[in-house]
Amino acid sequence: MAEKFTLFDKIWNEHVVCVPAGRLPLLYIDLHLVHEVTSPQAFEGLRVAGRRVRQPERTVATVDHNIPTEPRGTPIKDPIAARQIGALQQNCRDFGVPLFDMDSSEQGIVHVIGPELGLTQPGMTIVCGDSHTSTHGAFGALAFGIGTSEVEHVLATQCLHQRKPKSMRIDVRGRLGEGVSAKDLALGVIGQIGIDGATGHVIEYTGEAVRGLSMEGRMTLCNMSIEAGARAAMIAPDETTFDYMKGRRFVPRDWDEAVVRWRALASDPGAAYDATVEIDASLLAPFVTWGTNPGMIAPVDGRIPEVSDLKADRPAVERMLEYMGLEPGTRIEDISVDRVFIGSCTNSRLEDLRAAARVAKGHRVAPKVRAMVVPGSQAVKHAAEQEGLHKIFLDSGFEWRESGCSMCLGMNPDILQPGERCASTSNRNFEGRQGRGGRTHLVSPMMAAAAAIAGHFTDIRNWRFR
Amino acid sequence: MKPIRIHKGRVAPLHRANVDTDQIIPKQFLKRIERTGFGEFLLFDWRRTSDGKHDPSFVLNHPRYAGASVLVAGKNFGCGSSREHAVWALEDFGFRVLIAPSFADIFANNCVKNGVLTVVLSEDEVGEIARRAAEIDDYEITVDLEQCKVHDDHGLTAAFQIDEFTRHCLLEGLDDIGLTLQHEAEIAAYEARHAAPISPI
Ligand code: SF4
Repeated sequence: MAEKFTLFDKIWNEHVVCVPAGRLPLLYIDLHLVHEVTSPQAFEGLRVAGRRVRQPERTVATVDHNIPTEPRGTPIKDPIAARQIGALQQNCRDFGVPLFDMDSSEQGIVHVIGPELGLTQPGMTIVCGDSHTSTHGAFGALAFGIGTSEVEHVLATQCLHQRKPKSMRIDVRGRLGEGVSAKDLALGVIGQIGIDGATGHVIEYTGEAVRGLSMEGRMTLCNMSIEAGARAAMIAPDETTFDYMKGRRFVPRDWDEAVVRWRALASDPGAAYDATVEIDASLLAPFVTWGTNPGMIAPVDGRIPEVSDLKADRPAVERMLEYMGLEPGTRIEDISVDRVFIGSCTNSRLEDLRAAARVAKGHRVAPKVRAMVVPGSQAVKHAAEQEGLHKIFLDSGFEWRESGCSMCLGMNPDILQPGERCASTSNRNFEGRQGRGGRTHLVSPMMAAAAAIAGHFTDIRNWRFR
Repeated sequence: MKPIRIHKGRVAPLHRANVDTDQIIPKQFLKRIERTGFGEFLLFDWRRTSDGKHDPSFVLNHPRYAGASVLVAGKNFGCGSSREHAVWALEDFGFRVLIAPSFADIFANNCVKNGVLTVVLSEDEVGEIARRAAEIDDYEITVDLEQCKVHDDHGLTAAFQIDEFTRHCLLEGLDDIGLTLQHEAEIAAYEARHAAPISPI
């Protein structure tokens, strides 16, 4: 009987350049995405050692993390941020790396533009100095985040030494209910397996609910997998994948042959995984996180759990609740918000903005709430404007900004003030992530839009769409 | 990279689970384009009060841990963002060895690249070391990468595992890129067999 391989095995095996004696396998990297924050020290390392970028044509850079979301052309007020952006521009010039710069119509969050441009393709190995590189696994690629030393290593050699991670299958049975999005599925997975539940593993998502997701939804799911500790996450490519990719700028010219190759990537029936987890989609609800890590979730129609009901140790939970300014037993719908952020590489694609706009249409943002929508890329922004989504947002009292990471990590001026409470479509609710003392609740785009209007969390399943 | 073989140093306890890299080095310090000087920003929001002063109640600010070079931490240390700045901050602050029940993957990789040794011990062993660090004055521990063992002067010993390649790199302080470039011929052959899948940019 022939050996059976998983999608992950197939990509891995295809990319092992050699296994030097006594060392880890040397893995070839097909696509290296670069941004301003984790690259300057890597380029500097090349310069010091007199090395070049081995494959500039497999390397693509953009600016996203620290750029302001004010109208383009406004000078960057923060001189240190400006210097970092200047360093990337200089490095890309010196080393011949293509850059989608601030003024480019293709600029955007690195994990949004890769797929959008057709750079992200099934079967590839993709790295970036950013943990949410797992996003690209939605296309059936092996995509993972690396540190700056590894960025330098890939720039110089187009390879990485990697120990092969273990594999984990997460099989999502059944279908997602009305109002339950890919974001809720992602939060549900993390809630079930824990924030280190997939450490050392590459996840493959399978099952009816996963097959039923759009590419945007699949990206949201793979994006959040790092929050369960996963090295990477992937979904086998299928018609949904190919439909999304077709006609995009950098896809292969020999399209039909490529599709044949990509179809063969799916895991062989009966292939073995190191671990398997089952999720029942019908048990998922729109979730709201209440703690300071993404595993602390509650259904929107539920309450903050009693400390004694949680597996986590008591002082840690008490510390979280104190930081968040919350009491056990509080109904989630009774928690009011000051700010709303719709954006980030988790939920800033066209479909996310459509979902939020559908909720916002005909309503007004609550008077005390400041709500902003930050498209993931210039292309998303443009497409949304073509559909008139920006008008819906602006008419409802949302701010409509330029593309970038923005308040996902608050490296630019978009930050929370101490004590401010935010419904956010991003991926991390860590202490201080969106600003020192800021309190972040992770939710889906629909739930975020609804919270902006109601002024508190509210169950999207009861929403009055207009 | 500085090699590490046998390291003896003072131990500081930060015995909390899931300390993320956003906490280890908050984002406002990621705009620097240098690789050095991050130590003063380590765990900034915990070490400093909101007016920027040292918070005397935070463990790393306690004089008994001044000069510590071994950090003992809770499980899943270094989770979250891939920022290597977190390791640069720990290293610049003076830490050479981190001991915890588990580390996040990217963070652990980043440590190796900077000559920082991550030692995984059981929850009980880590708890015991943290307890001793809190109770015994001038508490020091010796970490022996040659033997893959840790011990103190009060009868504690523990063994740890580490993969051979990582151990070798840390013992020798090897420049990874130089090693990889020795395989130029294999890389070039691979490239000859696999055309770039991206149509030209
Ligand atoms: S949007 Fe947030 S998570 Fe995504 S790349 Fe930017 S900072 Fe990282």
